Amino acid sequence: MKKTFEILDHTADIGIIAYGADVKELFSNAALALFSLITEPESVEEKLHLDLEVSSEDRDSLLVEWLNELIYFFDANHILFNRFDIESLTHNELTATCHGEGFDPLKHKIKTGVKAATYHMLKLDKNSDGYKAQIILDI
Amino acid sequence: MTRWQGQLIKIDDYRWKIPETYKTGMRVPGLIYASKEMLESLREEQTPEQVANVAFLPGIVGYSFAMPDIHWGYGFPIGGVAAMDIKDGVVSPGGVGYDINCGVRLLCTSLSEAEVRPRINELINQLFLNVPSGLGSEGKIKVSQKEMNQLMVEGALWAVKRGLGLEEDLDVTEEGGCLSGADPSKVSDKAVKRGMPQAGTLGSGNHFLEIQVVKEIFDSHIASVMGITNIGQVLVLIHTGSRGFGHQICTDHLRVMEQAVLKYGIKLPDRQLACAPIESKEGQDYLAAMACAANYAWVNRQCIAHWVRESFSEILGKSPEKLGMRQIYDVAHNIAKIEEHAINGRNVKVCVHRKGATRAFPAGHKDTPKRYKEVGQPVLVPGDMGRCSFVAVGTEKAMKESFGSTCHGAGRLLSRGAAKRAIRGADVIRELEGRGIIVKAESVSALAEEASQAYKDVTQVIDVVHQAGISRKVAMAVPMGVIKG
Repeated sequence: MKKTFEILDHTADIGIIAYGADVKELFSNAALALFSLITEPESVEEKLHLDLEVSSEDRDSLLVEWLNELIYFFDANHILFNRFDIESLTHNELTATCHGEGFDPLKHKIKTGVKAATYHMLKLDKNSDGYKAQIILDI
Repeated sequence: MTRWQGQLIKIDDYRWKIPETYKTGMRVPGLIYASKEMLESLREEQTPEQVANVAFLPGIVGYSFAMPDIHWGYGFPIGGVAAMDIKDGVVSPGGVGYDINCGVRLLCTSLSEAEVRPRINELINQLFLNVPSGLGSEGKIKVSQKEMNQLMVEGALWAVKRGLGLEEDLDVTEEGGCLSGADPSKVSDKAVKRGMPQAGTLGSGNHFLEIQVVKEIFDSHIASVMGITNIGQVLVLIHTGSRGFGHQICTDHLRVMEQAVLKYGIKLPDRQLACAPIESKEGQDYLAAMACAANYAWVNRQCIAHWVRESFSEILGKSPEKLGMRQIYDVAHNIAKIEEHAINGRNVKVCVHRKGATRAFPAGHKDTPKRYKEVGQPVLVPGDMGRCSFVAVGTEKAMKESFGSTCHGAGRLLSRGAAKRAIRGADVIRELEGRGIIVKAESVSALAEEASQAYKDVTQVIDVVHQAGISRKVAMAVPMGVIKG
C-alpha cells in the first residue's frame, strides 16, 4: 500500500511526515495524520461538513496554517474530522470541504491534545515519488 | 538525531560557553549552565545549536543563556533566556512559547503528613471533581465575551473580585497577577473562542496538581518567611498555563512575525525564531496580546487555587484559614517582560524572554514582593511526579549575570513516543502507589509520557543553579497525591 503518513518522535512534542502524489493529496494526508494523533479516525463518522478557506504567504506556511485552522475547529468547536476534500490549491490559498462530527466523549477517545502546528523543522519537498512534508506539532 | 559537535568552552564547573565565533551571525556568545555529567546528554540533540541560533537575534545583550533543564524546543530551546535592548532589539513569540505564562503556584498548609495521608484518596477525588482537567474540559466559571475582555486586562484580580481567592494572593504573585499593557483588541476572535470555555481549567499534557510533603529544608530562615516550618508539612502545587487561548495568540502572532521578518530585513537561522523590533507595531501588538494570555493564565491558577482550598475544606471540615492555606508564590515559566537591568554599569531597559525559565529577583529588588523583600523572590521548580520539587530564591548573582533568571523544572529526557514505548501508564500508577503516591489522571495512557523516566532528575538541575549561585535552595518536597490532566 502507498504510504500516506508517518508519526515522528520529537523530545518535547511530536511530528508528522505526510506523503502525496500531488500537493492536494499531501495536504489531505497531513490533515489525516493530525486527526490520527488526536483520536481514532475509524471512530469518526461523516455527520457534518465544513467548507474552509485558508490563505498564507507561501506553500510551506499554507500547510502550517491549514493544520492550525483544523486544530482551531477541534479546540474551539470540538469537531473531529476524518476526510478532507481539497477543492482548489494554489501556492498560497486553498479551499477544502472537511467531513467529520462533533466530539462525543462516549464514542470518541481523545489520544493527544494537539494545540498548534509549528514552523519548527518544517520541510516540504518534491521527489520522484511525489511530495513529502514534515511538520512538528505542539501538544 | 545527530549529535551536536560544536565547541563548548569550560568557564567553571557549572558554566559552558559557546563562543561567538562558533557561527557567523552570532551577536553574543551562548552560556549554558550545566554540570560536567549533563554535557553528554546535552550533546545528544541539537539543543546547543538552538542556543547559538538565538544569539543571532537583533539587539540581544550579554549571552544567549540556557538553564540546566534545557531541552529541545521550537526555535528557542526550552530553558532559554535572552534579553534584547528595547531600543534596537526584537521580541520573538518563540522566545516565550505557545503556552504563554505556563507557570506554577504553591500553597502551604498547616497540615502534617500524618493528618493528610489517611485522607489522601478522598482529597484527590475531591480535587479531581472540583478542578476541571483533561482535554476538552470546560470551566466551572462561565465567561462571557465582555467578561473575557475584563479578565484579559485585570488578570488574577478579576477572579479575586468574584470571590475566587484572597487579595493577599495577589501580593505573592509575579506582577501581582496582572501584566500591564494588555490590549484585548490585539487578540483574535479565534483566540477568544478557544479561551472562553477553557478559563479555570487545568488542561492536559504536562500540567498537574500535586499534594506534597516537605522532606528537606535547606535554609530554615527563608523557609519560615515562606511559611514552610516543618519537615512533613503539606504543600499544594498547581502547574498550568493559558490553554488554547495562549496557543492561538502565539500561532496568530507568529504569522504576523513571519511577515515582519521580511519587512524589517531580519536574517534568521530558523524560521521559528520569527520576530519583530520591540518598538514596531508588530512587536507592540504581540506584547499587548501576550499580556492578555499571561493574565488569563493567572486567572486560571487563581481559580484553581480557590477550588483547592475549597476541596481541602470540604474533606477536612475546616475553613481554608484554619488549615493555614496561604499562597507562597506564583511564578511564570514562559513569558517576555520589559525590565531594567544593569549592563556595563548602566541601567538599560531590556525585553527578557524566559522560555521554560523563572524570574529570580534578589532580596531588596523593587519587584520582589514585600513579604520576601529581605530574602529574595521565591522560585518554584517542579520536578516530575515520581521524584520531588524544589523551592528556591533569587539572588544578586542572577541579577548580575542571567538577567535575574534561573531554571524552571526537570526538562524532558525522552520523547513522548519513546516514553510510551518504554513505559505503560498502568505500570506508572502501580509503581507510584507502591511508593505512597496516589495518581489520578484523565488519560491513563498519557501518564506514561509524564513518567519519571521521561524526565531529567530535577535534583541535579537545582544543584547546578544553586552551585552557580543564580538561585539558592530553600526546601524540597515530594509528591503524595497527583492529578494529571
